[in-house]
Formats: sequence, structure tokens, C-alpha cells
Amino acid sequence: MFYRENGQFKTSYAEDQALLSIRQDRWFIWLVLVVAFVVVPLFASEYLFKAILIPFLILALAAIGLNLLVGYCGQISLGTGAFMMVGAYSAYNLAVRVPDLNILLVFVLAGLITTVAGMLFGIPSLRIKGLYLAVATLAAQFFMDWLFSRVKWFTNDSPSGSVTAPAITFFGATWDSPTEKYLLVLAIAVLFALIAKNLVRSNIGRSWMATRDMDVAAEIIGIRPVYAKLSAFAVSSFFVGIAGALWAFVHLGSWEPLAFDINRSFSMIFMVIIGGLGSILGSFLGAAFIVVLPLLLNQVPHWLGIPISTATASHLEFMIFGALIIFFLIVEPHGLARLWAIAKEKLRIWPFPH
Amino acid sequence: MSDARAIGEVILAVESISLAFGGVQALSNISFDVREHEIRAIIGPNGAGKSSMLNVINGVYHPQQGTIHFKGEKRHRMEPHKVASQGVARTFQNIALFKGMSVLDNLMTGRNLMMKTGILSQALYWGATQREELKHRERVEEIIDFLEIQSIRKTPVGRLPYGLQKRVELGRALAAEPTLLLLDEPMAGMNVEEKQDMCRFVLDVNEEFGTTIVLIEHDMGVVMDISDRVVVLDYGKKIGDGVPDEVRSNQAVIDAYLGVQH
Ligand SMILES: Nc1ncnc2c1ncn2[C@@H]1O[C@H](COP(=O)(O)OP(=O)(O)O)[C@@H](O)[C@H]1O
Ligand SMILES: [Mg+2]
Repeated sequence: MFYRENGQFKTSYAEDQALLSIRQDRWFIWLVLVVAFVVVPLFASEYLFKAILIPFLILALAAIGLNLLVGYCGQISLGTGAFMMVGAYSAYNLAVRVPDLNILLVFVLAGLITTVAGMLFGIPSLRIKGLYLAVATLAAQFFMDWLFSRVKWFTNDSPSGSVTAPAITFFGATWDSPTEKYLLVLAIAVLFALIAKNLVRSNIGRSWMATRDMDVAAEIIGIRPVYAKLSAFAVSSFFVGIAGALWAFVHLGSWEPLAFDINRSFSMIFMVIIGGLGSILGSFLGAAFIVVLPLLLNQVPHWLGIPISTATASHLEFMIFGALIIFFLIVEPHGLARLWAIAKEKLRIWPFPH
Repeated sequence: MSDARAIGEVILAVESISLAFGGVQALSNISFDVREHEIRAIIGPNGAGKSSMLNVINGVYHPQQGTIHFKGEKRHRMEPHKVASQGVARTFQNIALFKGMSVLDNLMTGRNLMMKTGILSQALYWGATQREELKHRERVEEIIDFLEIQSIRKTPVGRLPYGLQKRVELGRALAAEPTLLLLDEPMAGMNVEEKQDMCRFVLDVNEEFGTTIVLIEHDMGVVMDISDRVVVLDYGKKIGDGVPDEVRSNQAVIDAYLGVQH
């Protein structure tokens, strides 16, 4: 079967504007979905769920959120950890203080609270760009670190500062097995990826990209910079907040603010750069890479019989990330997603390269 | 040549505009008007203040002095997006396209002010949003046909050659269906053939849609050919204003162009 669009004539603009206008892409996505929803739950081990798939999906969700802001709207943020933290603690407080609230609603509300926080910290973007904006968003990180470690109300006066999420129950069932948790985050990640795709092919997404590419021209054509930038901060924070809540409730179970410290923010930035700025697919690829790389670095030397300490492995991890970041920033700012696109392009003309 | 369109009332009047950047006086006491449906050229040597004038009309620069009347109403200090919503669109001297976006998306962005669906509807891309996207896609396709850029509609504009980028930028401005179109050196850097195409597009826009056009251009042949009236700027001052023949025989203008010392 060739990867071709030959013979697939689009007879209407509606068809041309469809999400996946090439038939093979459509099949590929359906295949991925069937594997993810049906095959994986049948065969995956508990380890695979807990150590790889669940964190991968949640981080991918956060990466999509960050990518909408950085990759699509061109605003920099070093505060993703902080906004995940807001999502996590909002969900915690809602769930603990209003026990009857449906947990899905809790996640949505946590996302909305994060939206407000994100917009507040996005206000400087109306005045400043680049490095200065990066520093301003870093302020969010320090502020939230302080807020959730010092103000005891948010941690429900927990003496250790660590909090534990209540069990996830909805539709009369408790979702606590790895498979159930996996299916929950998978459904949410797929839904939000679809929402993100829709937004970036609509008017609002174009206004983000226009602001990113040439803000003066964007304004001259009628785009209000305030609206474009703040809506990007808002939507991005909504995604990130929900990811934070899921990270806390589904992946960690118990956590303290340290789980969302500045390292989390940096690792999120790495993810979108490596995966591909301005690409939803790239957000998934970047998240997969960041989750899988440390595991590989721990395992591969074992398999090869090379003794390597955990410390060395984590040093290696930093070095590889560093090198890759530099590589992608210089050579291929569109990241893994672009490499994937190039491969597809090659495949499309293969075996007649003209 | 353009008898089909009747030149109407004054649509834009700039009065006594002065604009300075620090010590540099970019515009001194400039007044002129633009009538409905006309092609009004602004000419002058480099640094004369032509682009600054467009930026004032656009709301990018706020002049220290002077007033602007647009469509009969006095305009107060106004931001560019507000000016756009009143029906003003433009192209730039140094192309200002959205480089990472396709030709189609650049043109669709030109229509952003006409798109009304909310963010939730866009998130779902159902019903209203889908209908709206389709409706505007059809209009944008007409512009794509008009500018003969069908074959590049999906290409990211950053990859296009200079001449085509200029054309796409015109397309983006046209997509907004402006009543007043400001063109800042649309033919600069083009070869003869590209210039002819661009001339034809400008004339067609003016005749078919009745769009009022303010045009900055260096090529005197082009200016004298296609414009109805010409304003001449030099060192921020207006040194001539009138129909092409008048301007051509104006001594101050001839001096400015021949580089007579001031
Ligand atoms: N943003 C700006 N800041 C400072 N000086 C400017 C700015 N824009 C234009 N100028 C100055 O104003 C004068 C007129 O420039 P411009 O309007 O670009 O001329 P033209 O388009 O006729 O070549 C020049 O001296 C230029 O240096
Ligand atoms: Mg100029």
C-alpha cells in the first residue's frame, strides 16, 4: 500500500478542510486509536501503564497546552510547572472540600481556575516579549512554589505538606486499576488533542499564529493583540491545569509542591522543542521521548552488559537533552514532528523521487 | 482609462499632520485628501516620509499634530485593529506576511474581523464554525483565482519567492474586503513582468470592487499611468499635489527627483 493522495480528488472545500484529508492518514489515526483503546489494555503490563503510558499521556496533554502558547502563539512560558501545580491543588481542594462533586467536573473546574491564573501571569505579555516575558513567567513558578508550600489552607493543614488525592470515582465506579486509569487519561488526552487541532485550524488559532509570525501585521489586519495573547494564555493554562490535576490524582496519588517545581517547567519546554513547536503531533512525540529516554538509558546498558550507575544514567540524560535541544533549536526548530513530516513527504513520492 | 468607476466624495482627509521621532521630523504639516474610488499615489525620494504617512493613517504611529477624517467622521487616536475594523487594509514595504502559515491561512486571517463564532464553537468545529470557515473559504478562493495563485494555496508563504509573496500580501489585504487599501511599494524589487501583473491587479481591484487605493510607488512610469492624483513628499514636507501631468511639470518635484541641493 502506497502513501499517496493521487486519485483522491476533493470535490468540495469542506472535504479539503477536513481534519485528515488524506485517506492514509485517516486510516493511520484509526489504527492508532484502536491499538490505544483496545489492544493496549488487553496486553500491556502494569509497569507499562504506570511507568510509561500514563505519564506519557498526561505530559502530552500538558505539552499540547504549552505548545498552543509557545509554538502557536509565540509567547514564551517558563511557568508550566506552576500552572500544573495550580491545577493539582485546585482539584485537590475542590475534591476534598466538596466531596459530592463529580471528579470530571473537578478536573474541568481545576482547569478553569488555572485559566484565570494563567491569564493573570499572561498580562505582562501585552508589554514585553522574549527573554523578559520568560522571566516574568518564571515569577509564576516562584510565586506558586511559595503559595502552596507556605499557605497551609491549600494543603488542608497537612502537617507534612504532602497531600493525597481521594480515589477517582464516577459513573458509580472507582477508577483505580492501572488499566482504568490509563483509559481515563487516554480518553481525556485524545479529546483535548482534538480540541487543540480544531482551535488551531479556526479563526482563533490563525490569530495566534499571526501574532507569533508578525504581530504588527496581525494587528493591522484587525487582530486585537490583547485578545490573541490572553486567549492563548487562557486556553494553554486550561490544558496545563487539567494535566496538572491528572498528574496529581492519577499518576502521583500523593504529592508536594516539589513535584511541580522548576524542573517540571523546564522539562515541559524541552518536550515541545524536541517534539516540535507548533505541532500537536509533536507534543505527543516530545512527551514520549522525555518519558522513554530515561528508562532506555537505565535499561539499554543492562541489556548490553555494560555496568552503568543510576547517577551516570541521569547525567547522560541531561547531556542528551542538552545536545538535542541545541540540535533542534539550530537545525530543526520544528522538532520530531517535522522529521516525521519529511519522512511522510519522502514516502509520498517513493519510489519515484521527483 | 477608468471611466467605469465614478470618483466620489472625499473619503479620507488628513490635515496638518506632523510626526517626529526624537529629533527626526518625519512629517511636517502634511494635508491631502483621498476621494472615493480613486487611486491616489504618494511619491518622493527615500526617507521622504511616505511609509510614515501610511503608518499614521493606519494607527501604527500617532502624530503629534493634525487630524484625520475618515468617511466623514473625525478620527481620534485609534489603534491599528480599530482602523482595520473601519475598512482599512494594507501591504508593507518589507513584506509582513505570516511566514509559518500557508497562503490559504494568510488569506483566511485577512477575514478575521468577519468571523463571529465563539471559542467553544471553534473548539468543537461543529455547526456554526464549520459553516463560517466554509463560507469564508469560498470568498478566499475567489481571491486566489483572481490573483492566479491556485497552485500555491497550501504552501507556507516563507517558502515562496519574493514576487509571489508580494502578491499573497495583496491577497491578504483584499480578503478583508477593505474600502480603503494602502499599498506600500507593491512593485518594489519586481521584474518587469511581475510589475505588469501587479499593475493589472491593482487596476482590477480598483475597477471591479471600487476599492479606494493609496499607493506608494517609485516607478514613475507606473505612477503616472495608473494614478488619478499624486502627492509628492520630500524630507517630510509636501512639495506637490495634483493630477500626474501637473506633478510632472512641477519644478519643486523635478528638483527633488534630480537631487537639487536644499
Ligand atoms: N519607527 C521609526 N523610528 C525612528 N525613525 C523613523 C521611524 N520610522 C520612520 N523613521 C524616520 O522617518 C523618516 C521617514 O521614513 P519613511 O516614512 O520610512 O520614509 P519613506 O517611506 O518615504 O522612504 C526617515 O528619516 C526615517 O528614518
Ligand atoms: Mg517607505
